[in-house]
This record gives sequence, structure tokens and C-alpha cells, in this order.
Amino acid sequence: MLYRETGQFKTTYAADQAIFPIFQDRVFLFAIIAFAYIVIPLIASEYWLQAVLIPLLIFAIAAVGLNILTGYAGQLSLGTGAFMAVGAYSAYKLATGFPELNIIVVFILSGVSAALIGIIFGLPSLRIKGFYLAVATLAAQFFLIWMFNRVPWWYNYNSSGTIIAPPREVAGVMLTGPTATAETRYLLVLTFCILGGLLAKNLVRGRVGRHWMAIRDMDIAAEIIGIRLLPNKLLAFAISSFYCGVAGALLLFSYLGSAETEAFDIFVSFEVLFMIIIGGLGSILGAYLGAAFIWLLPIFLTNAPQLVGLSMPVDFQKHLEVMIFGSLIVVFLIFEPAGLARLWQIGKEKLRRWPFPY
Amino acid sequence: MSAAEEATAQAPILRLDGISLAFGGVTVLDDVSFDIREGEIRAIIGPNGAGKSSMLNVINGFYHPDDGTITYKGETRTRMRPDQAARQGIARTFQNIALFRGMSTLDNIMTGRNTMMRRNFLWQALYVGPARREELEHRAHVERVIEFLEIEAIRRVPVGRLPYGLQKRVELGRALAAEPDLLLLDEPMAGMNSEEKEDMCRFVLDVNDEFGTTIALIEHDMGVVMDISDRVVVLDYGRLIADGSPDEVRGNEEVIAAYLGVVRD
Repeated sequence: MLYRETGQFKTTYAADQAIFPIFQDRVFLFAIIAFAYIVIPLIASEYWLQAVLIPLLIFAIAAVGLNILTGYAGQLSLGTGAFMAVGAYSAYKLATGFPELNIIVVFILSGVSAALIGIIFGLPSLRIKGFYLAVATLAAQFFLIWMFNRVPWWYNYNSSGTIIAPPREVAGVMLTGPTATAETRYLLVLTFCILGGLLAKNLVRGRVGRHWMAIRDMDIAAEIIGIRLLPNKLLAFAISSFYCGVAGALLLFSYLGSAETEAFDIFVSFEVLFMIIIGGLGSILGAYLGAAFIWLLPIFLTNAPQLVGLSMPVDFQKHLEVMIFGSLIVVFLIFEPAGLARLWQIGKEKLRRWPFPY
Repeated sequence: MSAAEEATAQAPILRLDGISLAFGGVTVLDDVSFDIREGEIRAIIGPNGAGKSSMLNVINGFYHPDDGTITYKGETRTRMRPDQAARQGIARTFQNIALFRGMSTLDNIMTGRNTMMRRNFLWQALYVGPARREELEHRAHVERVIEFLEIEAIRRVPVGRLPYGLQKRVELGRALAAEPDLLLLDEPMAGMNSEEKEDMCRFVLDVNDEFGTTIALIEHDMGVVMDISDRVVVLDYGRLIADGSPDEVRGNEEVIAAYLGVVRD
């Protein structure tokens, strides 16, 4: 009975175009944000923050980025891992090369450098589409990872080839490095995640987002009504890569601490792609839901046997986990091909009408 | 003075001179010349494959003619990109609906205003100040188009879920949102029942009347063409075979032959 929009009249277009036009939605959102900022750091254990929430939020940022490119602009990309690597290596070089530079600025600049690389690898998108474009982005994946492996400049000529996040503090608070607490790293990542989501939502609900969706749905018609394809596609590549780059930098500085190129290989690209497919293509909310689903389900499956008191050999359990994970994804996609975001929307519709069936 | 006489008095907004177009060995348009006057409703008719849609594609820059010139608003050109044509005030609808199926009616019509929106993506991302104001201004205009076409109820519905007749109307809305000087309609009434056709005719006439938009339309329904158009041009196998008022065209022997066939002896 609580979820009713009756009586909420919109008297301006501004009110009608708000991200959350319904009052209850706004309350719900602020409650979640408050919970994430205040309650979680108080109650969550080190394990939950470090192994679950921090990587989940980082992958959510990457998923938002890929969803802009693939879900909104319709350009299939398999280069997410490489663009994240560009962000991570740029952040490493910037942080070690300019130690006095504010680390937040370093993250933003890493995103910008990933955006520039994204534009270069987005150039083929004017001529090729769909699976063929995916193959072209695959070239980015392999070439960039190869370059980060082979050019020692990128890892400051150290013998192990590993990049290590240096400790950096802002306003007296240690944000990165081994001495930064899980809580501060969590709050930093959470802030990036929320701001990134808000900016992305603003983009996709405005002119730029409409151009992207128009190109996705019918590029010829888009061109004829005056939308120029190349600048808009490249913009999608740039912004998507910016998100991936920031996510990559955060992955190194706030989660892994030290990394080699394996942390950004093709499987990362696939994982993020699965996130947006499960979550819902062309939905910012979907990117978050998909990231949560893909990241939490394996953790749940790992812990589920213990919770119900089953014990089984470790390798058997690992294999079982992969099988269940795979089949759940298949089942889910059969039932709701439009993803979790659609499911959420249907749920809200049902709630509005409850207790009436129609 | 009737609409037709008024149109005759006007200068041409668009003049086509000796347009020829061929795809490989197939001649699509062969030395076609005619003009469209400011404020008139100009029909292009002809049997299937006569080159009508190609003619529209040439006008809005999607096809580049092999020969001939296009003079639009006093400016002569041979080549032009579609987005440039859109910027200069040429909007169109398509024979097979070319809407953005995943977007709502509102968003589809908003895309029609794209050439008038200026703020860059950084303003957009922040959604404050000028970008927000711009968005709201254009929204207000789009709402007028929605009201004009009587599609308020389907504002938020993804167009992929709408019935055919309404999709045609939304497509007209997207073209109108651009406030075009020249509106090209490719079979706006195809596949409609007579009631929907009447609605669409009313919209076409109202657009012409209220906004003074020049309209070039392709249509197969002769009743519609003869009723609403000021002048008619007839194409057959890429050649222009008649050009004149509906009555002149109706009586033209070549036109009758093209439509009904001729008895050869």
C-alpha cells in the first residue's frame, strides 16, 4: 500500500524528466545510499569489504561504462579488460612519476587516457558493425595487454613486471597502499560508483543518450534526421573507456594493490559483458544489478554447502559451482532475456497495482 | 485566393534540373526536372519502381545523383550529406517505418530536435544550467507536436510496441519536431485503413496550413493524392511523364497508359 504515486502530479517538465519522478523511489534511493555510507562501514567485516563489496563496486563502474557503449550506443566491445589495463597502468605511471599529484586527479587522468585509447580503437566502428566490430576490439585487448607486458617503461623497468599501487593520502587520510583501511577504500570506491552512475544517467537521458540509442536502433534513419554517426560513436567509445579506465585504476589502487597484466585479460572483458547482459542492456541500473549478480552468485555458491551443513571435496565443489553458475545464467536468460533491470521494472509495476491483478 | 493559387505565386524552394541516377546498369532516374514551390503540397506518383523513393533520397542527400543539379533555397549543389540536409531544414518519413524501436515516443520525437541542440556532453553529464534549460525548452516544443498529433497517451510507450498506424504518426512527429521547411513524406498512408488515412490527411493538411511547411509526398492512394495535393509530378521508369495540377495529370494520356497499360495494335 505504501508504493502509490496517486496524488503526485507533475506540474513542470523538469519534474517529469527527473531521474526518479516518484517520491517513494527517491526515498528508497536515499535510504540505500545512506545505508551504504553509514551502516555498511560499521557492520561489514574486513572480508566483506575487501573480497566482496570493493571489487563489486569497481566492476559496477566498468559495467556502466560498457553498457554505455554496448547497451546504449549498440557497439559490441570485447576490449573492456584492455581499457581497464590502460587506466591501471596510466594511474601507476602518473602516481609514480608525479608523487605529489592528488590521487583523485590521477584516477580521473587515467580515465582520460583510457578514453583517448578508446577513441583510437573506436575508429573502425564507422565501417564495421556487430560481431565484426567485436573482433576489432578484440585486437585492442590483445595488442594493449601485449604492449603492457613487453614495454618495460610501463612497469618502471622492475624485474618482476608487477605494478604496485604506491601509498597516497589526501587531506591526511591514507587512500591507497597497504596501510589504507578497507573502510576508506570502500568509501572511495563507493563515491566513484555513485557519482559515475549519476553522470552516466544524466548522459543517457539527455541529447547524447538519445543519439546513441538512435544509432543503436537504426543508424541510417539517425543519419537522415541529422545525427552524425562518427562523432557520436567515438564519444560513446571515449566515455565508455573513461569509465573502464577509472575502474581499472581503482582495481589496482583500491582492490588488488599489485597487479600484472593477467588481472586485465580477456576473461575480465567477458565477465563485464556478462554483467550487462544479465543486468539489462541499455540500463544504468542494470549495470549495477548485473555486477552484483555476477560477483555475488559465485560467492554465494561457494558458501552455500557449508550453510546447509554439506561437506564435499574442494575440487568437486569448485566444478559444481561453475556448472550451477552457468546453468543459472542460461535459465535466467530464457526467462528474462531483457535482464534484471526489466525484472525490477515489472516488479515495480506489480507493486503499484497490488493487491489488484491488473 | 485558394491554397493552390497561393502556391503558384510562390518562388520554388527546391528545383531539380536534369537529375539522373543509375545503380550499375540500372537507370533509376533519367533526366528528371521539376520544382517544389514554397508552401505547396507536391505529390510524386508513379507505378512501383518508378524511382519515387530514389527521388526523395536524392533530395535529402542520401543518394548522390550522377548528373544534374539541386537548387535548394537558392543554393545549388550536387552532393550533400544527409545530416547537412537535415540541418538545412529537410525532414522526412520513410516508406518502411524507420523509428528507433527501443526508445519511447517522447524520446523518438525529441531526436527530431537534435540539430537544434548545442550543449556538449560535459554539460549533459552534469545536467545543470544551460543543458537542463535546453532540454526543457525542447521538451516543451515536442509536447506541442505530441498534442498536435493527438498522441499524448503513448508518450512513454516504446514505439516497438505501438500499432502500425500510430508508429506512422510518431514518425511524422519526429519529422515535425525538426520544424522543417521542406517535409518529405514517403507513402504516409500506406497500409492504413480509411479512418487512419483520413486522420493522416488531416495532419498533412494542417501542417501545411498552420506551419506553412512545404510538403512533398509519395502516395499510391489516388483519391488522397487528387484531394490534398496542389501539384502532381508523375514518374515512370525513372522518367518524368507528367507535371501539373491534379486535374491535368488525371487527364494525361501517358499517365493513364502508365497506370493501366496500353493496348498495342
